Amino acid sequence: MNLIAKPSKDNIKTYVPVGLSLVSLSILDVFVYAFFNFNLMGFLPSQLSYFLPLILGFIGFYLIRIEFSGVRSLDVLNKNINSNNFNALLTLFTIFIIIKSIPPMLDWFILEANFVGNSKDDCTGDGACWVFIKVWFNRFMYGLYPDAEQWRINTAFLILFAVVGVSFFVSEKLKKYFILFLVFVFPFLGIKLISGGSFGLEYVESAAWGGLSLTFIISAFAILFCFPIGVILALGRRSSLPAIKYISIGFIELWRGVPLITVLFMSAVMFPMFLPDGTFIDKLIRVLIAITLFEAAYMAEVVRGGLQALPKGQYEAAKSLGMGYWRMNALIILPQALKLVIPGIANTLLALVKDTPLIFVVGLMELAGMIGLAKTNPKWLGMAMEGYVFAGLVFWVICYAMSRYSQNLEKKLSTER
Amino acid sequence: MSKIIELKNVNKWFDKFQVLKDIDLEVSPQEKIVICGPSGSGKSTLIRCINRLEEHQEGNIIVDGTELSESTKNIEKIRAEVGMVFQQFNLFPHLSILDNCSLAPIWVKKLPKKQAEEIAMENLKRVQIDDQALKFPGQLSGGQQQRAAIARALCMEPKIMLFDEPTSALDPEMIKEVLDVMVDLAKGGMTMIVVTHEMGFAKEVADYMIFMDEGKIVERAKTKEFFENPKSERTKLFLSQIL
Repeated sequence: MNLIAKPSKDNIKTYVPVGLSLVSLSILDVFVYAFFNFNLMGFLPSQLSYFLPLILGFIGFYLIRIEFSGVRSLDVLNKNINSNNFNALLTLFTIFIIIKSIPPMLDWFILEANFVGNSKDDCTGDGACWVFIKVWFNRFMYGLYPDAEQWRINTAFLILFAVVGVSFFVSEKLKKYFILFLVFVFPFLGIKLISGGSFGLEYVESAAWGGLSLTFIISAFAILFCFPIGVILALGRRSSLPAIKYISIGFIELWRGVPLITVLFMSAVMFPMFLPDGTFIDKLIRVLIAITLFEAAYMAEVVRGGLQALPKGQYEAAKSLGMGYWRMNALIILPQALKLVIPGIANTLLALVKDTPLIFVVGLMELAGMIGLAKTNPKWLGMAMEGYVFAGLVFWVICYAMSRYSQNLEKKLSTER
Repeated sequence: MSKIIELKNVNKWFDKFQVLKDIDLEVSPQEKIVICGPSGSGKSTLIRCINRLEEHQEGNIIVDGTELSESTKNIEKIRAEVGMVFQQFNLFPHLSILDNCSLAPIWVKKLPKKQAEEIAMENLKRVQIDDQALKFPGQLSGGQQQRAAIARALCMEPKIMLFDEPTSALDPEMIKEVLDVMVDLAKGGMTMIVVTHEMGFAKEVADYMIFMDEGKIVERAKTKEFFENPKSERTKLFLSQIL
């Protein structure tokens, strides 16, 4: 015989308030203990007071687990986080862990962190030393690029953002020219502005480039070039001409089979040995080419997935209207295939952006690389955590923005209703 | 009268399986031919050979004076003259109906956009879905989609229209609206080769009937004769099953 009646619709009036109070009490106890270091149940023996929140919460969740209670919010709650005893326990654990982990995080990030000062000695708290980021911020953004010339990088990116921004508000016809400018003119204009050497601009060698601006430059160029190359490779792999087909397969499989770090190393160290004496290709350009080809191989496979997903009828319909290979692909096949694989493309491009730190193996330092450099500075030893948390945050913001953009694009291009 | 389509001794294999056996066929301009036969008899393959969506291995296929072969340079040009309507419509789902119709005239025939859209609207009016021009294929019913597909083919102003079971994927109540369009087209004097099981349609418009079985043309006769007095036993059996 049960001591108490099984929770049901009949006793809902008493069980639900009691159950909810027990759950609230258990959460409150953990909360107060975590945030104010005060044990509400301190008067109890220590083992009991330690487990009491769990026991109270568990009983509480049991009492409110009423099937078909008729109260919508209660049903939703039960279905999602309280469907049986095990799930109730999991729910409690999750809530407790989140509550427990908030205060130390708050302490480290904000409450005990130091924001003002100019050197490591100003960091007296137990938390993060954001002074490190503040002092090195300029380097993290621009690498070793001379301070006096940094306006050139700023200008290049300002133009980029301005053109992109304005292009959202102009008519379809003008938009075409904006895109052509962004793809074919701006990259070279921007690089010229940053590298200098003409128009009275001082030459800044690429070894001095670095920081977040280098992350952007490498990502932008690699994305710009790997996309068309990937599409061509994908088409090539499905070509009916054996020569083109097998060259494409060979290329894709070669680059996909080699780790990026190896490719980068070879591009920087081994490749120059094969060049005739006197020829010189800038290290950054070699690295860019390596990353581009590497990511193009991945892109090719993503695009191929889209090509294969299209029904044969689309090809036949296009052919039957008299379209040749290139028109068929440009007008009918690729617009549909690329739309299908937007999530895959976004995936590849996100991976590309996050792969850029690997260029440290050839001595180029983008954001993460600069942080690696700064943390080994004798005056700033022990700042790895602050540095990499900062890098993680910046990369996350960039990648999340890209991800959101791809989702919007997907929604915008959807014609199936 | 000179022939617009000539097939002589055409043989075709899928791997080792022979799908077309010694096909001879001649079509004069403005003739309407209906091909029927059990599934797997090679009817679809036959008409797909006429615009070279399928390649034949032996024999000659001559369309509007040009022989189709591996060395045919301007296969696109032939295809532009031969309209095709598919069982599964095969509209381009990423384009509006209007763009579906005007795309090929703009890019293949190099017409100015405005003119191509005028032609598209004319043809959409002809199949009575001009009010749907700005919708996407996914928003239309099956019958409307098939009519749009017919309009799309007509926009290239083809000399020949091929229909590959145009009503087989449609709900019964939508078949009529598509057949009406095809009857109208036939009365307008279009050269048509139609693979279909719609015998009512065949009786109404076909000049000739062709019955195929196992890759061969079993019987070819004037429409009236074909239905009233079929010669081969196989044809009789087939007709008794579907009529």
